Amino acid sequence: MGSIELVNVCKAFGGVKVINSVDFAITDGSFTVFVGPSGCGKSTLLRMIAGLEDVTSGQVLIDGLDMTNIGPAKRGLAMVFQSYALYPHMSVRGNIAFALKMARQPANVIEQKVKKAAGILNLTEYLDRKPRELSGGQRQRVAIGRAIVREPKAFLFDEPLSNLDAALRVQMRVEIDELHQKLKTTMVYVTHDQVEAMTMADRIVVLDKGAVAQIGSPLELYNKPNGLFVASFIGSPTMNLVMGPSAAKRGATTLGVRPEHVELSTTAGEWPAQVLHAEHLGSETFIYARAEGIGPLTIRLSGEATHHAGDRIFVTPREAHVHRFDKDGKRIG
Amino acid sequence: MAMKQSAGKRVGVTVLAWVVAFLIFFPILWTFITSFKSELDAIAMPPKFLFFNWTLENYVEVQSRSNYLRFAENSIILSIGANIVGLLISVPAAWSMAFAPTKRTKDVLMWMLSTKMMPAVGVLVPIYLLFRDLHLLDSLWGIGFVLMLLNLPILIWMLYTYFKEIPVDILEAARMDGASLLNEIIYILTPMAAPGIASTMLLTVILSWNEAFWTLNLATSNAAPLTAFIASYSAPEGFFWAKLSAASTLAIAPILVLGWFSQKQLVRGLTFGAVK
Amino acid sequence: MATQQTTAAGRILVAPSVILLFAWMIVPLAMTLYFSSLRYSLLDAENSGFVGLQNYTAFLSDPDFIAALFNTLILVGSVLVISVCGGILVALLMDQPVFGQTVLRLMVIAPFFVMPTVSALVWKNLLMNPDSGLFAWIAISLGFSPVVWFTNHPMLSVIIVVSWEWLPFASLILLTALQSLDEEQKEAASLDGAGPISYFGYIVLPHIARAITVVILIETIFLLSVFAEIYVTTSGGPGVATTNIPFLVYKQALLDFDVGSASAGGVIAVVLANVVAIFLMRIVGRNLEG
Repeated sequence: MGSIELVNVCKAFGGVKVINSVDFAITDGSFTVFVGPSGCGKSTLLRMIAGLEDVTSGQVLIDGLDMTNIGPAKRGLAMVFQSYALYPHMSVRGNIAFALKMARQPANVIEQKVKKAAGILNLTEYLDRKPRELSGGQRQRVAIGRAIVREPKAFLFDEPLSNLDAALRVQMRVEIDELHQKLKTTMVYVTHDQVEAMTMADRIVVLDKGAVAQIGSPLELYNKPNGLFVASFIGSPTMNLVMGPSAAKRGATTLGVRPEHVELSTTAGEWPAQVLHAEHLGSETFIYARAEGIGPLTIRLSGEATHHAGDRIFVTPREAHVHRFDKDGKRIG
Repeated sequence: MAMKQSAGKRVGVTVLAWVVAFLIFFPILWTFITSFKSELDAIAMPPKFLFFNWTLENYVEVQSRSNYLRFAENSIILSIGANIVGLLISVPAAWSMAFAPTKRTKDVLMWMLSTKMMPAVGVLVPIYLLFRDLHLLDSLWGIGFVLMLLNLPILIWMLYTYFKEIPVDILEAARMDGASLLNEIIYILTPMAAPGIASTMLLTVILSWNEAFWTLNLATSNAAPLTAFIASYSAPEGFFWAKLSAASTLAIAPILVLGWFSQKQLVRGLTFGAVK
Repeated sequence: MATQQTTAAGRILVAPSVILLFAWMIVPLAMTLYFSSLRYSLLDAENSGFVGLQNYTAFLSDPDFIAALFNTLILVGSVLVISVCGGILVALLMDQPVFGQTVLRLMVIAPFFVMPTVSALVWKNLLMNPDSGLFAWIAISLGFSPVVWFTNHPMLSVIIVVSWEWLPFASLILLTALQSLDEEQKEAASLDGAGPISYFGYIVLPHIARAITVVILIETIFLLSVFAEIYVTTSGGPGVATTNIPFLVYKQALLDFDVGSASAGGVIAVVLANVVAIFLMRIVGRNLEG
């Protein structure tokens, strides 16, 4: 009951095109992530789905109905804002109950639903506190609770985790994922963090300058990026890009190979290089090297490694994992 | 210069500050003291400062002979009434400017502020004639309406500055929660902006209470507020200083108290934000 | 942030205030303009209709008007000088770490909140009355004869009253501006060897220059309309010694019932105020950008 479709959606501010003919569908019950660098339009797109921004041309369909000109209050969607946007003058209970109050639900129904949402999110103890008395993570949960209680057709998340510290972010990622498993409601999630995208999404929509660069499952994007932009954006550390004879040899203008898909040798290999810097994390090692005639390369090794700055090494890409791109940056093969 | 000052200098500055402040405040203090004198004591030469028979007779007389309370009532009705109506018009206007601005919004705001700069005499004649023909002269409704119009620019301006401090995404969250515009303003905007609204009202109530052009020219008896009542002491009969003092003390006391709380708003409102 | 819907709602919500203020400003102003072109007296049966600019020429050549204009400028100018200079001094004083700041502020600000009719009558009677007023007593104690304020120096007396009313406003605004001068500038200045006078001239004055300008402009707007104080003390007299433009217009409209002439005067008052307003709006406009 929560399918969303964007049909040739465009948005222009003044003369500037901010969203350029975006066209795709989100299936009911899926977890879709919009990802891309700052300014790519992902938040704008989300807000257009929510009804908080106008659509210049095109249509937004929710469950097959054209909602393009319908206000946000009537779309049946719930949004979790980056700043949580909690009502500061109301208690947690008041915050969660507000939407139900606006829908004129009877008091006992409201009470019951609030209790249920609070229970799911471990907020029962805090129901009478005001937002300013809560920690960041707790506020985050209240924002989610406010959304859950409305039983919306879909949840919209606008970079909800960016204001949390790293450890909390990981924890909340898991919780949101579990929430999705439990409620099975469509979720549309915006983030600039491709790790969040890769770990949480069923499908990822990669956006670049207001247009869709590629849509696919996380592994699809990882294994078959359709161009240089997606190839560089997905995957951490960033994919190594090599131009010149090595690329030409393989029939491409640019070669791409991920740091985890290369062989490292101290004796022989395709690309001789010198180690600039090594990061030893214990579970893995990152080697930053400079290859002659090629430029910087990043290599990822499992476990511990003994390479140090200044060492001479040879890097060879694994052919099965080499990506080839033509002169326009598009994928070959 | 809050650096090391010699103790002597500090004492000197403190004394000077207190003397200056006292001198500025003195006329008010003197009025207060005089209100407790008999009329004869009030005109005694040399003046009696503290040692005289303190009496409440003036306060009694100001009510029994001149019905002070009726004028006070008019002042209250006018000041509060005009500004409540003003508030009902200004809140939506300020919402519009803060959260749905257009290219014209800044111009409209500036134009509104400029109406406050129009001298009253510029429209005295038509307003007077209009009121006369509509039987609005000496009516609380008529005068209240004018007072409201006088304060609209300040109300809208100050509410606008307070509303701008409210994060728009909280209002958007309310919309996502299904709130209509009216609900958004009642349940979310107003409670969040309550301190700003209260302090703005404080300032405009004070301004209306003290307004002494339209209240003097449009009111004669029924709707006359305290400004006009005090003005009647300009053509008094007999000795009147003590009574004037009592009436004055009563008339200004509430405002002095309110004024104390509205200092910040004064700076913000009357300088139209040009001074922070 | 704004959608078509919110923008449309915005227009509707702001409409009542715009319409009301527009009506308040334009309609009467237009009527004043119209009346000023008529020969229209409420007393005379002789309302001979359109006389074009005759009222203006009459008004402008009326010696009463010249006097009123002169008085207006003197009043505004004097009060500005007194309140701004006094305000700077008071603000400097209050900016010091002095014991009992809150009470001091209350005392200094209080006069601004006193209604003008009270101010004027208290000053005229309790303080300035030549027989039993406090100032008379002070004069006598010092061996002088008491000043007959309102009779012999009517304009000066009015100026004193109005200055007393507006000094707190200037002090408050300037004090606010002074307090935004951070400690570090003061310390840097003292390290650079600046004495108090050059500190004031080079650091303080430029910093509060904007506030001073605002005070001057705002006070001017309001001082051009001083009315109640004159109404209650001198009624514009003796003669026209304390008649300013507002009082002259009032007198002609409501005492002489000469609508045409009063309207011409009103228009002139508006023009005067507009000149000041233009400057003030430029500053406000700049501030609105920020």
